[in-house]
Amino acid sequence: MTERINSAWSPSSREVERGVARRRISRRQGLIAAVSSILVIGTLITIVISSPGWEVVKRTFFDIGYGREVFPTVISGLWINLQLTFIGGACIGVIALGLALMRTTKSPALTPFRFLATAYVDIFRGAPLILIILLVGFGVPALRLTGISSNVIFLGTVAVVLTYSAYVAEVIRSGILSIHPSQRAAARSLGLTSGQTMRYVVLPQAIRRVVPPLLNDFVSLLKDTGLVSILGVTDAVRAAQINASRTFNYTPYVVAAILFLLITIPMTRYTDRAIRQRTSAQNSEGVI
Amino acid sequence: MANVLELVDIRKSFGKELVLNQLSLSVPEHTATVLIGASGSGKSTLLRCINLLESIDDGQIFLDGSEISDPLINVDEVRRKLGMVFQSFNLFPHKTVLENITLAPIKVQGKIKEEAIEVAQKLLKRFDLADKADQYPDRLSGGQQQRVAIIRSLAINPRLLLLDEITSALDPVLVNEVLSIVRDLKGDGMTMVLATHEMGFATQVADEVCFLESGNILERGSAQDVLHNPKNAKTQEFLKRVHQAGRL
Repeated sequence: MTERINSAWSPSSREVERGVARRRISRRQGLIAAVSSILVIGTLITIVISSPGWEVVKRTFFDIGYGREVFPTVISGLWINLQLTFIGGACIGVIALGLALMRTTKSPALTPFRFLATAYVDIFRGAPLILIILLVGFGVPALRLTGISSNVIFLGTVAVVLTYSAYVAEVIRSGILSIHPSQRAAARSLGLTSGQTMRYVVLPQAIRRVVPPLLNDFVSLLKDTGLVSILGVTDAVRAAQINASRTFNYTPYVVAAILFLLITIPMTRYTDRAIRQRTSAQNSEGVI
Repeated sequence: MANVLELVDIRKSFGKELVLNQLSLSVPEHTATVLIGASGSGKSTLLRCINLLESIDDGQIFLDGSEISDPLINVDEVRRKLGMVFQSFNLFPHKTVLENITLAPIKVQGKIKEEAIEVAQKLLKRFDLADKADQYPDRLSGGQQQRVAIIRSLAINPRLLLLDEITSALDPVLVNEVLSIVRDLKGDGMTMVLATHEMGFATQVADEVCFLESGNILERGSAQDVLHNPKNAKTQEFLKRVHQAGRL
């Protein structure tokens, strides 16, 4: 039984003094951080603004009026990116899990699948995403297969899913391999089959362990959906490109970039927090 | 008395290293067989071979008269009859104490959930862990974790319990709470094979003590004979070293 903390506790005079000292130190540190930030950021802004080309850059990249005008088309393009991310993400999750399981299986009946899964991962993890998008986007329609859509959004999604499934499969596999063999031994000694051991003991622990890197991949996925614009999909990047090439003003690109950042920055913050929570749950770092 | 377990001329090597060499052993029902010996003498390997976690190179293993070392045997079915407790507990960290205990009864034996929970709670209550049912293993002390691990292996109603140095990872104060469970089980008539360094405990529970040295049983007999009046020079030397370490 843990004892309840005595609620009648009041800090000793020594502790009160320490508290004062700690607050003084943290105030001092806050002040140093503020001064240093103002100096560095201020210098950077001054360098940019005082550069000879600043006026031109300001007009062609940061035209607020024009930015407002193109905003609706860029944001409706971004909606495509988001759809692609979530639908693609769901497919990637399923395929990657299947690949990871195939690669870690020892069942002799699944040997050909293990081999195929390894080959798949080698190919799609090794080839640049943009090449896969071009090959799928232009190659598949050229086959003139009946029943396969030649819709560029569909083909773009397929290409992204093919590549990301390979990445994510490797992350999940590393999670599976990180579970100590003693866990497997304990499960098997209770009479669980190897399939049950994977399902109830190994996989739940493995997935929990790889949530932070998976979130990381999810952020990358959102950004990389911008690459399907090369197939002519009117996503945020493509919408910005159309506007920019019409007026030779690059503000739409900046608008698209800001919109992506508005989504990805909170996501990466959340990922960082998830990683921190994981590590702090595993080992206490003390005051360092 | 029928033998629950019978080992005949077991041989096991890892690469070039011979770990078990022509080892034979009979374990009658309701008895406790204690394996002693230095680290690396083959105690753990022997237990893992019995549980089919390791495959043997030669010899035969019989459980209740039927050969389980047959390569065509269904290993999962054999393991259902054997309980195994490990030195490092090996509880499932993502499951609560209750879930750890009920996993095999539900998934392996096909018991309905309520029934499995009832059995688990009875066992937890018997061994003073009823209030820990919904805790996760990492919130428990080492002694509590090992007691849960023992209960987990008991929940499948094993024919034979294999205990692999179950107190070696515990500090001396916690050792006793784990060993008292084993004493209780011995009182229940559970058939057991255990590897241990706790000689005092071995004296209390052992029907037979086997001294292992380089993969073979050099001396066997009652605890009184082997632990307190050893005949073999190697046994004498081992026990002297244990004594010097203050563990007898």
